[in-house]
Amino acid sequence: MALPALSSPRRNEDSRQARAAAATPVATPLPPPAGPHGTGEAFPQAAAYPAEPMGFFTDTTVCIGCKACEVACKSWNGLSSDIVELSGQSYDNTRHLDGENWRHVQFIEQFSDDRATGRWLLMSDVCKHCVHAGCLEVCPTGAIIRTEYDTVVIQADTCIGCRACIAGCPFGVIEINPVSNTAMKCTLCYDRLQSGLPPACAQACPTHSIQFGAIADLHQAAQRRVDQVNRQYPEAGAYLYGAGDEILGGLNSFYLLLDAPEIYGLPANPQLPSRNMPAASALGIGGAVGMATLGAVALRKRRMDAFARQAAEAHAGEAAPEPEGTAG
Amino acid sequence: MTMPWLVAQLPPSDTSFTVSPHWGWYIVVYFFLGGLAGGAAFLAGLLDLLGTPQDRAMTRIGYLIALVAVALGGPLLILDLTRPERFWHMVLQSNTMLPMFKVYAPLSLGVYILIAFSSCVGVLSLAALADWGLLPRALSRLGEGIIGKLLALGCILTGTALAGYTGLVLTVTNRPLWADSSLLALLFLLSGISAGSATMILCGQRRGNAGTVRWLEAMERYSSLGEIIVLAIMTVTLWSVVRVVWGGHWGIVLIVGVVLLGIMIPLFLQHRPRTLGAATLPVAALLVLLGVFLLRTVVILSSEAV
Repeated sequence: MALPALSSPRRNEDSRQARAAAATPVATPLPPPAGPHGTGEAFPQAAAYPAEPMGFFTDTTVCIGCKACEVACKSWNGLSSDIVELSGQSYDNTRHLDGENWRHVQFIEQFSDDRATGRWLLMSDVCKHCVHAGCLEVCPTGAIIRTEYDTVVIQADTCIGCRACIAGCPFGVIEINPVSNTAMKCTLCYDRLQSGLPPACAQACPTHSIQFGAIADLHQAAQRRVDQVNRQYPEAGAYLYGAGDEILGGLNSFYLLLDAPEIYGLPANPQLPSRNMPAASALGIGGAVGMATLGAVALRKRRMDAFARQAAEAHAGEAAPEPEGTAG
Repeated sequence: MTMPWLVAQLPPSDTSFTVSPHWGWYIVVYFFLGGLAGGAAFLAGLLDLLGTPQDRAMTRIGYLIALVAVALGGPLLILDLTRPERFWHMVLQSNTMLPMFKVYAPLSLGVYILIAFSSCVGVLSLAALADWGLLPRALSRLGEGIIGKLLALGCILTGTALAGYTGLVLTVTNRPLWADSSLLALLFLLSGISAGSATMILCGQRRGNAGTVRWLEAMERYSSLGEIIVLAIMTVTLWSVVRVVWGGHWGIVLIVGVVLLGIMIPLFLQHRPRTLGAATLPVAALLVLLGVFLLRTVVILSSEAV
């Protein structure tokens, strides 16, 4: 059922040879980790992938929950793996994506109360590398950038830890990494792509549930796979989440799902953080103008009242001598 | 094959899938002080531009309150960062040393609002201190003439921007309640004006002109009534979210602390100013400040807890 590994026809032969050379253990030392612990020495550069939108297609129907993607991600990126407690939530002890877990295999148990019927849904979750990215939009320092692969990367050296990106991400992907004290998430192995290597998780996935490639190619492969699943299992209701541009302009990491997005912890209609900014600003400005007008009117009325009082007093002052004169 | 028992547990909004940014007490206090500073500068600016010479004492007090509040609050924003030593990246781009500015990032907007606000309030506070003889007399000219008027106008504009942008910071996210409403900037602006007027009444009741105090009371009344209306609209229009986020103890804090203690009782005390004798006005002002602080506490921490 698994699709064959994707290879972009747009990659040139030179880069393919260079990647093959880089992947030969004898010829090349292991590269340094790129995560918060990363220091590393110079690494022989293979030709980078060509600059075009790249991403992941995650086919959840063939995920077996082995967590090889989680391990490969942590290993390559030098992320800590100090899990010392069991969550009690199925086989999921990672529980969520955060600054130290850039891949998360979800174990969704769907059983009836008597557990007579049911099924497992497994999904390897990751940053969606949105075409319209909420995190990138709200980052006040420009630490979050869009790369030549249309992916979204947090530059750790200019992140100040304001956490606006955490609140801005519609998928709850980003968290503070406790080692670097900066916001971190999947980089789609930007360093590996620049060296002509596929992302570590996609390379480690034993069932091709995580497929890496050029987005245009992935879209075609994903549609073929959806058609195949629905043809063989009409009741499956397979569909693609994030492949079209209706979700944040398109997700560069998109999924084949078998149930409602919410079941997988994905919002059905994620939005950019700025969606309410014009309305909220207009209401705020309207409120300010309204309060200023009220204040100005109240001050004006006070001044008019004072004038009226002075005039009344002056009038009373002019009128007052008359009775005296009359009396005199 | 959606399981019905799972559908029943679906969250009320697409914002329920996000992660809390862990904005805690530093942000609560900063938002409180920022709103208070903005409100005080707005009111002082209005008195400066449109008031009479009798308002001058309260105007000076307003500028000084704004300066002290922003000076206390600003550093909290830096302390809240997980890498506070890098805060300058919000102002300068490290690769080009050009100014860092992003119009769709309220935190970036806020930096420039804070700089402009502090400049206006700072200069007028110097003039106020010079007026009182605490600084060389020549400095008092800074608050006079066309420069003084422009700075007062600057205080009105940047003061409302400072009080309102704190609400915008919350709105421009994807968090429950914050991102579900467009009313937070307006709500925080109104409550900031409440806090500003209450602090000016507290600090300037003796020095200030009775007419000025009455005007401040009126402004406090208008903003409190506005707050009530905005809170009611939020509750009605966002009921599915509100009942989850404010369903527990936060709802009690909101009703008792914000609405009853912070708005209704101060309004009653203003209506019956002899209820507590000479203490009526200060007590009402203190309750308003408590309500404004609790409003920010509830809005920020209740969503953080989801």
